[in-house]
Amino acid sequence: MSWLTNFVRPKIRSLVERPQIPENLWAKCPACEQMIFHRDLETTQNVCPHCDHHMRVQPEVRFANLFDDGVYHTIELPKVAVDPLKFRDSKRYSDRLRDAQSKTGRTDAVIVAHGKIGGTPVVTLALDFAFMGGSMGLAVGEAMVAAAELATYQQAPLVVFPSSGGARMQEGILSLMQMPRTTIAVDMVREAGLPYLAVLTDPTTGGVTASFAMLGDITLAEPGAVIGFAGPRVIESTIRETLPDGFQKAEYLRDHGMVDMVVHRHEIRDRLITILDLLLHTQPSAEIVDLATAGLDIPDEAEAAADPEPAEEPEEQPAEK
Amino acid sequence: MADDGGNHRAGGAMNTFLDFEKPIAELEGKIKELRHLSDDGGINIVDEVTRLQTKAERLLRATYSKLTPWQKTLVARHPDRPHTSDYIDALFESFTPLAGDRKYAEDQAILGGLARFRGYSVMVLGHEKGADTEARVRHNFGMARPEGYRKVVRLMDLAERFSLPVISFIDTAGAYPGVGAEERGQAEAIARSTQKCLDLRVPLISAVIGEGGSGGAIALATANHVMMLENAIYSVISPEGCASILWRDPKHAEDAAESLKVTAQDLLRLGVIDEVVDEPVGGAHRDPGAVVDAVGKAVEGALRRLAALSAGEVRAQRRTRFLEMGRGQIGI
Ligand SMILES: [Zn+2]
Repeated sequence: MSWLTNFVRPKIRSLVERPQIPENLWAKCPACEQMIFHRDLETTQNVCPHCDHHMRVQPEVRFANLFDDGVYHTIELPKVAVDPLKFRDSKRYSDRLRDAQSKTGRTDAVIVAHGKIGGTPVVTLALDFAFMGGSMGLAVGEAMVAAAELATYQQAPLVVFPSSGGARMQEGILSLMQMPRTTIAVDMVREAGLPYLAVLTDPTTGGVTASFAMLGDITLAEPGAVIGFAGPRVIESTIRETLPDGFQKAEYLRDHGMVDMVVHRHEIRDRLITILDLLLHTQPSAEIVDLATAGLDIPDEAEAAADPEPAEEPEEQPAEK
Repeated sequence: MADDGGNHRAGGAMNTFLDFEKPIAELEGKIKELRHLSDDGGINIVDEVTRLQTKAERLLRATYSKLTPWQKTLVARHPDRPHTSDYIDALFESFTPLAGDRKYAEDQAILGGLARFRGYSVMVLGHEKGADTEARVRHNFGMARPEGYRKVVRLMDLAERFSLPVISFIDTAGAYPGVGAEERGQAEAIARSTQKCLDLRVPLISAVIGEGGSGGAIALATANHVMMLENAIYSVISPEGCASILWRDPKHAEDAAESLKVTAQDLLRLGVIDEVVDEPVGGAHRDPGAVVDAVGKAVEGALRRLAALSAGEVRAQRRTRFLEMGRGQIGI
């Protein structure tokens, strides 16, 4: 297996791959409109220091803050057919792909990495919205399968960070077929008895939501992330009503029972560490078992069977008026 | 049995002509007129009718032999095309509809129930678009809400418990885009339904009979064997939707249909479907009985092949089918 490739320390990576942002650049928060120094945004992982608004963030920045000491390995993504439909709208899809590749420096909208989080080996997959809206085509589907295979091979949990407008339309029906294909990937991890966690980030919509993003054993979401199936404009034009406040936001989904928790970006690592610890280390650790009393209070099986009376008798309690 | 459904609907079929069928409609109108005249006798009128009929047939055959993807989209959505309930009525005995997801509601956009098919007890389900205005509203035009997909999961669980093969008919513009549908987890419901399809330890056979619309379709069509009618379409997004996003103008739907490769013939070439079922000349709506029969034969063939597999094999075959899909050198 050629998983163990592309080992780059993220600090070096940022020097190598992102020279285009000048040091003195200021960014404007789209939520509070305050100006933020670019270097500050890097330390906050693109969370506004003024209003806590979570802006989209590059997978590399996320991973640098997620893995222990910022160390992780990426895997080489499986090769897939390029532009199988020879699709063109106002522009050729092959040209759009090339533009996205030169803009982002990656071959498609996905990155698969592995490393340790809180000492636990973990495989992660993240989508990059900057690459054609994080859309899912053959490359993303195949990457998800590869991530699942790697997780199974390493007996490691899989954690995904979708950020996607949905299916890659330019790959037509083949993009739709990535919904069952990524679902198979989820099933592989589940069948191996490993945790599969999804951290939904802005935005998680369309075919990505309706497949692997919504199949997590536990589903986290970042504050304010748009999460849904149909786009708000499609819904508005169908029902001709204005949408409720906060519709399709992470908090709204949590309140409607669709995600487990909304977690601040700065707390995701700690939360994942806690969850993985609970799911993977399920027995009391050896040193806290009191050897003197261990086993002494366990009733004999025959004894237990002979005494079916419960200790308390709640049935006898009269109902309170 | 198939003839009942067929003849009944064939009468209405001539009422709705598609734009590109106009020359055929005109000829058929002329034939009708002449027939009224021919009551008064006149051998030359009979000859003229025969001549025009031959011409109309030739024109119909010529038109339908080279339909564009957009024209096929219109045929696939033809209101007189046989719908899921027509297939169920004609091909299945003892159909026992089952309702509800046991969580929230019954969604009539998806029909489902126990039935007997060629001797086999099966679970049959599918999107139902409805044949008239009242039915269309009741079935929400075949656009399911989360409850519909959750009903599918429930019925598939039931099928599995009694080792019944599942047969699904696909005919939907897509999952319903609404506030309530989103609030109740449309995406999750679709994902779980797809996951259930993949997990089934009984055969699942799908027939795309009209429109295979995106996630709303794949939720019922992640099958061991997928067949498509000759003029059906199956797509990740509607041509109109694609046009308004990529061309920023829904008027480019025709171009989008072309680019998206939505036809049965394209999908067979891409290895996404296994079989194309021929339609009668002039489309399924001109002879519903014939197309229902043809689908029945194809489903029976697939069912007999898959029934020979063990529970484990049938599940493995389905997973491999989708896992291998799109790998290697692929293209149009
Ligand atoms: Zn702000």
